[in-house]
Amino acid sequence: MKINREDVLRVAELAHLELSPEEVGMYLGQLDEILTYVDKLRELDVTNVEPMAQVLFPQASSAHPELREDVPRACDIADAVLSRAPDAEKPFFRVPRVIER
Amino acid sequence: MSAAADWTIAEVRAALLAKKVSARELTAEFYSRIEKSNSQLNAYLILSPERAYAQADRVDAALTHRDALPPLAGVPIAVKDVISTRGIRTTCGSKMLESYIPPYDATAVQRLEKAGAVILGKTNCDEFAMGSSNENSAYGPVRNPVALDRVPGGSSGGSAAVTAARLAVAALGTDTGGSIRQPGACCGVPGLMPTYGRVSRYGLIAFASSLDKIGPFALSIPDLSSVLGVIAGHDHSDSTSASVPVPNYATEIEKPVNGLRIGVPEDYFAEGLDSEVKEKLQAGITLLERLGCKRIPLKMPHTDYAIAAYYIIATAEASSNLARYDGVRYGLRSPAENLIDMYRNTRERGFGPEVKRRIMLGTYALSAGYYDAYYLRAQKVRSLIARDFSDAFLKADVIITPTAPTPAFRLGEKTSDPLQMYLADIYTVTGSLAGVPGLSVPCGKTKEGLPVGMQILAPHFDEARLLRVGRAFEKAGGFTLQRSG
Repeated sequence: MKINREDVLRVAELAHLELSPEEVGMYLGQLDEILTYVDKLRELDVTNVEPMAQVLFPQASSAHPELREDVPRACDIADAVLSRAPDAEKPFFRVPRVIER
Repeated sequence: MSAAADWTIAEVRAALLAKKVSARELTAEFYSRIEKSNSQLNAYLILSPERAYAQADRVDAALTHRDALPPLAGVPIAVKDVISTRGIRTTCGSKMLESYIPPYDATAVQRLEKAGAVILGKTNCDEFAMGSSNENSAYGPVRNPVALDRVPGGSSGGSAAVTAARLAVAALGTDTGGSIRQPGACCGVPGLMPTYGRVSRYGLIAFASSLDKIGPFALSIPDLSSVLGVIAGHDHSDSTSASVPVPNYATEIEKPVNGLRIGVPEDYFAEGLDSEVKEKLQAGITLLERLGCKRIPLKMPHTDYAIAAYYIIATAEASSNLARYDGVRYGLRSPAENLIDMYRNTRERGFGPEVKRRIMLGTYALSAGYYDAYYLRAQKVRSLIARDFSDAFLKADVIITPTAPTPAFRLGEKTSDPLQMYLADIYTVTGSLAGVPGLSVPCGKTKEGLPVGMQILAPHFDEARLLRVGRAFEKAGGFTLQRSG
């Protein structure tokens, strides 16, 4: 086994997911199978290989847009944004009590 | 009037100019078709008639005043429901966003409407674009219009299905690991994943930010090119969009393919490929050779590692992107006594099983102690896969592969086995990781009548080359390729 029940619970905690006992069992089996498959990445020698975090275009360096000037622009959508919130009291989003668990 | 559903973009334009039909009548014709068949296909989630008719009326007014018509005037188009539309519900196929109404339009949608397109509605998809069969939608699966007991592919299953069933002239989808090309293949319609950075993603609800792209489905290569020409190009609202000039695709695609080197990587024709798909692909390649293309055998040695690298990188990015769904600012909130429980309850109720699975996998891959072994290693393997492509493009002008290892599978066939489902993306995730553009075109059908897709890949920003090969293939009858021999 690549992972155990405690790993699944730890990851669910990190990801703020409240899993049912059935889900914990299901994800344990499925994640274990997927991680076992993913292990094939270890077959490759990646010494001196740079990680690729983003697509860059070496053959067209001019392709990359210069970052635009950081100039404030009118953005008067606060009301529209707050109107979509589950609970808002202008100009705030309202949330339940924040306490230590 | 019944023929209107089969019109190409050029035919829509000609009919409007000849006053054979008004934009309003054409819009009504498509809505009437949708009303007849959507309950069966489940391809549209949300219709937007108010906005569609208002746009159609603007087109009709322009016709009356003999104003110049923009390129997509009156063309009915569907938009995948992960792309934001101002005032129109955008659910991402998720309970989390069931009642979410965006306050702004995605740039791609803005550009379509500025070009005169009529947005009919939003199409069904796998939840947050995570899936290869459309069965992960919280609103039920889409059925494949070619075979109703089959999946349409995913995640842009709804957009592929409405294009195939002619419930729109064209549709926008998104592709992260194959989500345009694979459903295109399953439903027998051309679908284009543009180069990373070619089409602005402003307003696209993020899944995996280093991989997500917006692209079109249409019934022909000229139509696909017309839509791409409108949505492509730099956008100051998306810092990852590239300022590379957009060519005139209409003229580029008609250029000859004679002498073009088509690379055929043997790694894509190995074990796991359905024999009928393989046979169709070989016939397709032979047809291209008859058109004067030169076949170049290739090796792309890291192909076999792509699914593993992809599902680590994509889920890691997803776990970060989907952290925003916490019940505070938009979407679902499940009440609780305190903040942390509210987060947890909201996410438990709002997300479906596949989304949770990917968040879990991604969170694990990024967690302390595992980051180097999984995420960093996957990114290094991504470099090796990208290098496979740059090496291949030294020898070949385009690369040709199957789009998917099998034709459309049956509904329910792979839902209990996530890994088997992931392997449906085996031929598409490579191009996604490299960031190159990929086009899937129909390449005949199996004995059972199921469409087969041929994938064409080209170097960064050379969509014109892809479309040129696709166009030559289309004109030579490749889309309806008969059995060879």
